[in-house]
Amino acid sequence: MTIPLDSAAKLLGLLASGELTARQATQASLDRIAATDPEVGAFTFVNTEAALAAADSIDQRRRDGQPLGALAGVPIAVKDVLCTTDMPTTCSSRMLEKHMSPYDATVVARLRAADAVIVGKTNMDEFAMGASTETSAFGKTTNPWNPSLTPGGSSGGAAACVAAGDVPLSLGSDTGGSIRQPAAFCGITGLKPTYGRVSRYGLIAFASSLDQVGPMAFDAVDCATLLNAIAGVDASDSTSLPVETPDFTAGLDRIEGELRIGIVKHHLEAEGLDPEVRQAVDDAIEVFRDAGAKIVEVELPHSDYWVPTYYVIAPSEASSNLSRYDGAHYGHRSPVAASEAGDRGPLVATYCRSRGEAFGAEVKRRIMIGMYALSAGYGDKYYVKALQVRRLIRQDFDSAFQNVDLLLGPVTPTPPFAMGEKIDDPLQMYLCDLFTVGANLAGIPALSMPGGLTSNNLPIGIQLQAPPLQEAKLLQAAAAFQRATDWHTKRPL
Amino acid sequence: MDQPYEIVIGLEVHVQLRTTTKLFCRCATQFGAPPNTNVCPVCLGMPGALPVINEHAVQLALQTGLALGSTIPPMTKWDRKQYFYPDLPKGYQISQFDLPICDGGHLTIADPADESQTRTIRLIRAHLEEDAGKSMHDEANGRADSRIDLNRCGTPLLEIVSQPDMRSAAEAKAFLTELKLLLTYLDVSDCEMQEGSLRVDANVNLKIEKAGDTIATPIVEIKNMNSFRAVERAIAHEAQRQYHEWEETGLTIKDRTKRTFGWDDAAERTVPQREKEEAADYRYLPDPDLLPICLSVETVEATRVALAEFPAVARQRLQSDYEIKAYDADVIVNQGRGVVEYFEAVAKGSGDARRASSWIQQDVLRTMKEQGKGIADFAVSADTLAELLGQVSAGKLDNARARDVFQHLLEKRGSVAEAIKALGIESVDAGEIESLCQELLDANPQVVEDVRGGKMQAIGSLIGQAKKKNPNVNPKQFREICLQLIQSAG
Amino acid sequence: MAISLDQVRKLALMARLELSDDELGTITPQLEDIVAFVDKLMELDTDGIEPMVHAVETVNRWVPDQLGDSLSREQALANAPNHDEECFLVPPVMG
Repeated sequence: MTIPLDSAAKLLGLLASGELTARQATQASLDRIAATDPEVGAFTFVNTEAALAAADSIDQRRRDGQPLGALAGVPIAVKDVLCTTDMPTTCSSRMLEKHMSPYDATVVARLRAADAVIVGKTNMDEFAMGASTETSAFGKTTNPWNPSLTPGGSSGGAAACVAAGDVPLSLGSDTGGSIRQPAAFCGITGLKPTYGRVSRYGLIAFASSLDQVGPMAFDAVDCATLLNAIAGVDASDSTSLPVETPDFTAGLDRIEGELRIGIVKHHLEAEGLDPEVRQAVDDAIEVFRDAGAKIVEVELPHSDYWVPTYYVIAPSEASSNLSRYDGAHYGHRSPVAASEAGDRGPLVATYCRSRGEAFGAEVKRRIMIGMYALSAGYGDKYYVKALQVRRLIRQDFDSAFQNVDLLLGPVTPTPPFAMGEKIDDPLQMYLCDLFTVGANLAGIPALSMPGGLTSNNLPIGIQLQAPPLQEAKLLQAAAAFQRATDWHTKRPL
Repeated sequence: MDQPYEIVIGLEVHVQLRTTTKLFCRCATQFGAPPNTNVCPVCLGMPGALPVINEHAVQLALQTGLALGSTIPPMTKWDRKQYFYPDLPKGYQISQFDLPICDGGHLTIADPADESQTRTIRLIRAHLEEDAGKSMHDEANGRADSRIDLNRCGTPLLEIVSQPDMRSAAEAKAFLTELKLLLTYLDVSDCEMQEGSLRVDANVNLKIEKAGDTIATPIVEIKNMNSFRAVERAIAHEAQRQYHEWEETGLTIKDRTKRTFGWDDAAERTVPQREKEEAADYRYLPDPDLLPICLSVETVEATRVALAEFPAVARQRLQSDYEIKAYDADVIVNQGRGVVEYFEAVAKGSGDARRASSWIQQDVLRTMKEQGKGIADFAVSADTLAELLGQVSAGKLDNARARDVFQHLLEKRGSVAEAIKALGIESVDAGEIESLCQELLDANPQVVEDVRGGKMQAIGSLIGQAKKKNPNVNPKQFREICLQLIQSAG
Repeated sequence: MAISLDQVRKLALMARLELSDDELGTITPQLEDIVAFVDKLMELDTDGIEPMVHAVETVNRWVPDQLGDSLSREQALANAPNHDEECFLVPPVMG
């Protein structure tokens, strides 16, 4: 039997019927990782023993007729930004190279409670800062569609391991597009939920007011299944929303009522938007129109300010969040001889050396931007200003959603780019986030789904965005699109 | 004016709030636990951990603000104050920057220069923040590593900031005394300076009158004062120091930014602390991990209504309810809520508030001071003392015998009846006293003469003799019977 | 806006980041470019607009004052680069 590692739904069916054991599924996943990962490099850690033990325990409980969680026996990978007690949690940074968290992130605990089998941790841009997974301290992840290309980032490993067929499900995090952009680059589906829908407890912070954990899988149905397992208010995260969690897998087979889809012409006509990406978006519009959706042009007047706003707020919060990595209580410490410490004194010298050594160039750059934006005299000029513009951006979305149910557009300006292409040009890299950061700034849910292939056989992503807490609507529309198209069934290898 | 300058003092008081758990996590706040045992991912600043507000800390801050007459703004929020220090594991302290929970307010104190007057010290604000951990430096070894204990890290503090309204070291001390009384009265804090649950920084400068001009000296913030007495002495010393410095250098507030001095208790002087080379830039940032607090008018008013009585109110009430003097009410209230409750129980139980007031001020407080004990540990309960004083008021015991009973109760505890029995105090029946009176009057005709001549106090000389013959004789009763006998014989 | 090398050095010290001369040489012009880029925000009139700190509008998220689990000291110190039996050890904070 071929074990369908590309579909949680299929695996769950086989596991439930007894045609497949959790151990078989897990072993298949581990074998696949062993085969693909030397080239893809999606994992920072593979937890072979623990995964098999968890699988055996699930099989035993199934045999005993005990109740099992909703993901019982399904292999899953977790981005290395999420704390786990049984594997190192590194954020792909030398700073946390050996860090063992004393607690599980809430989403990890929920995965365990759902009896998912966590096979390993996935590679990422260091501290989730980047759009190519090239800034990881532990080696680059390649795009399973073409090893000379990046998988996107920062959840590059999380997207690549699904695309490579290692696991059907994976958890990523998205601060400015870090789930959606790699999902687009790797030809899978990824959802950034409404800010507050999923607990951030145990998600190592990059920019706290923007970060959100979300599901990645080949299709919308699997994303819904995974979102069910992780969503919901958490007393340990004050910013998690005290709202009911609907069953996101319910009603995915239909769209309720008339669907009004908004198009932002300004984005489709954006300079630098690749013609093949544009074509895929136009095609997707037609798919929805054919399915009976009403297509409406809307405006997001401040969308040209998204990236500048983001690159003030995110680095400001990051510079603060990353202050804790000073090598005093955990993390990398580089001792400085007293004779070398100079005026700074031994403590400050040790802090500076430890941080200077253990952070990569992109992390340092963002810390410096944040320091600049928050330092005396600039706090109001940049930070407060950006927060004000953020409100205008949110208001734009609120107005647009008066007239439409969803927004449709590109995820990225271009198809996957080559390794090294943008790594020395931070501004070019930042412009990869052109279409994605709006959802983070506004706190709304957004999804990326496969919507075409380039002439070079590279995936193109389509983005859907919805009003706050309307993940169900996003998933319904994506599922409808995936019934009408087969882009999500294309595989790289 | 005996000094050529006026001192200007503003105080910043950090008060540790009496919660069971920390401000943003559920670790215990208990003092004196072994190092690094009351810690968790949140207060250790571990990657991924997030703070969650302790509701009780907000309540205690609100109560304090209301008692201090602060305005409670409709919205208050949290900010990160950022600096690197190993007792601050996140690299920032969660505090409140521009929208504190308590705005303004004031505290009225007795004027140390004139006890009959009061002074009102205005407050700028009071805000909530988390405490840092403790760094222990090996001073002897100089270069050795510092040891960090994070048990205290995250303990809720209320920082109360006064206006620079105090004009003498004695006023600063009076402010702190009254503030501590208020806070312990409300039970919002232990205010144990020794345990660090009350910490004071003083901002001090001088206004010097010279040739019709007023010159202000540079401001100095004094730290490391570990008792109210130290605060008083540090300010007095610093004022002198600033005056001499001004005489030597002529530098004014315009020439120098605020400096930090520490108080060296042993040397009895303020000493400059090492200045950091970089100017403090805390890069305040609204904390994205914590949502704002909005206290509705209803919540604030309900808290105000439910607020425990505070000292100023208690002083008034004791005067009106128990008809004791302002001075007496002051002494009792200044001892704290425990003594007030004790007084009220004794006053009610004995039915004689003035006697209760006088006994508590003289006998109870003196004994407490001698024994170094609080009222909670006092050997004679309020009920017992009430019973004893009730017997005095009823004329069953004289004050001297009552003191014997009190002393016995202090040493042996037990009930009033048991003490009376143990001391062999028996009530003497009227016939027995009458014959004793007769006997003594017969033996002392001169006394009878004197009384008849109008010198009633002459009986006094017989009381000593009567007591010798029978120690249980009540002098008041003895006196009355003697007078009756003399009159009836006349 | 021109940003001087000295300004970057001061920021780096404030950020407790040791940057090599090479790094300073690279990051300074990059910082200038990025600041010039975000200066686009200054085009907008935002007078009277309330800053948006949170994407959620809930308030008063708090919990009762009840003891929860703490870590053991062993767990607390497990990741420390240096510690003794009781405490974290760091280079001398004085001196």
